[in-house]
Amino acid sequence: MISAFQSGLASLVMGFSLLTIQNIVMIAVGCLLLYLGIKKDYEPLLLVPIGFGAVLVNIPMAGMMEPEGLLRYFYDAGVMTEVFPCLIFVGIGAMTDFGPLLENPKILLLGAAGQFGIFLTLALALLLGFSQLDALAVGIIGACDGPTSIYVTSKFAPHLLGAVSVAAYSYMALVPLIQPPIMRMLTTDRERKIRMEYPKVSTISPTVKILFPIVVTIVTCIIAPMGTPLMGMIMLGNLMKESGVVSRLTKASENEIANVVTLLLGLAIGATMEGAKFLKAQTLLVLGLGFIAICLDTVTGVLFGKLMCFFTKGKVNPLIGAAGISAYPMAARVVQMEGRKYDDKNWLLMHAMGANTGGQIGSVMAAAIMLSVLKGMGVG
Amino acid sequence: MDNFTFGVTMTVVGMGGTMLSLWFLTLIVNLMKRFLPAGESNEKIKIKEKFKKILKGKKEVGS
Repeated sequence: MISAFQSGLASLVMGFSLLTIQNIVMIAVGCLLLYLGIKKDYEPLLLVPIGFGAVLVNIPMAGMMEPEGLLRYFYDAGVMTEVFPCLIFVGIGAMTDFGPLLENPKILLLGAAGQFGIFLTLALALLLGFSQLDALAVGIIGACDGPTSIYVTSKFAPHLLGAVSVAAYSYMALVPLIQPPIMRMLTTDRERKIRMEYPKVSTISPTVKILFPIVVTIVTCIIAPMGTPLMGMIMLGNLMKESGVVSRLTKASENEIANVVTLLLGLAIGATMEGAKFLKAQTLLVLGLGFIAICLDTVTGVLFGKLMCFFTKGKVNPLIGAAGISAYPMAARVVQMEGRKYDDKNWLLMHAMGANTGGQIGSVMAAAIMLSVLKGMGVG
Repeated sequence: MDNFTFGVTMTVVGMGGTMLSLWFLTLIVNLMKRFLPAGESNEKIKIKEKFKKILKGKKEVGS
């Protein structure tokens, strides 16, 4: 009787005795992510489940990521199969309005320039000694796009999934802090004051809006077939929205489906942040390179904006180049606020939104090209 | 494949491919806008709506 009592009590304190320093650090990291999400409002929809997942997976003996663990089910069913990122893309497509981009299609090129950070960071990661597939996963942080980063990383470097996802979502939330100094550094006062005309009446016919997702899917998927799951899903969401004939599916995609998948995806990513696996020098390097990737995206975007400004004889404000990344609509808002600091009657928002949606297409396209080239080279 | 070849190929083909693909999309969008201008399309929709109204009217009269 007494021995049973003793072993019963011992089982209650066993968790404490098995708690490692790494677990404690990672629980603290999880709490920090919760703090950033709840108190600072930095991407709360993702940082809250990711932070909580990180706390859960570091509880000794809970076995959340063991073969029969709850988070293991989420991870295996949604992340390893790449189902979650693709489902999120349907929701993103249903929420995105490509109207501003269609008004001025040439700013789609800014969405391409905003992805150069991916490839430059990939080269940098290779120089720092990362393996080829790991470098690919690190570079994709530059897509500034959570689902794309998760899709690529879970395919080629699942051991980096926690670091890459946390970096992608954290830096996306920090875009308002990261981008403005770079934008100011690369543009002149005169360039920042350039006003851009936006048509008062839409020049886009409803037919073009409906045809756009279909045409983009066919063209981009033929060029880079490996990106079909990503591009296909985002364009399906947009087609449902623009066609207006499946409003129930559109609403479900942008609300219920996106919400449930975001919750499960966040928890599954948090579950990859197990102390013993996450706390490595390589993780810090991934976070550092991720930061460089976003900075490089902004640099190349703004520089390309300057190039467009030159060729259009001052009709394009180079600031909108910074919005050529996938952080939608945060990057566009940053451009608007930055432009208004120098001319309070300057409305760059719609042009920046156009570049921003171009960045969404660009990031998926860059990932698709990356995957297709990889397959072509027989790597992976 | 060595890291240098991999890195250079990925960077050049990746950046070039992304830029060329999106430039091609820009051309297609411009073509779509040219052949399906907003005004004309709206006009067609208006005409269709007029037809529908007329047809409805006829049905109502008929019934």
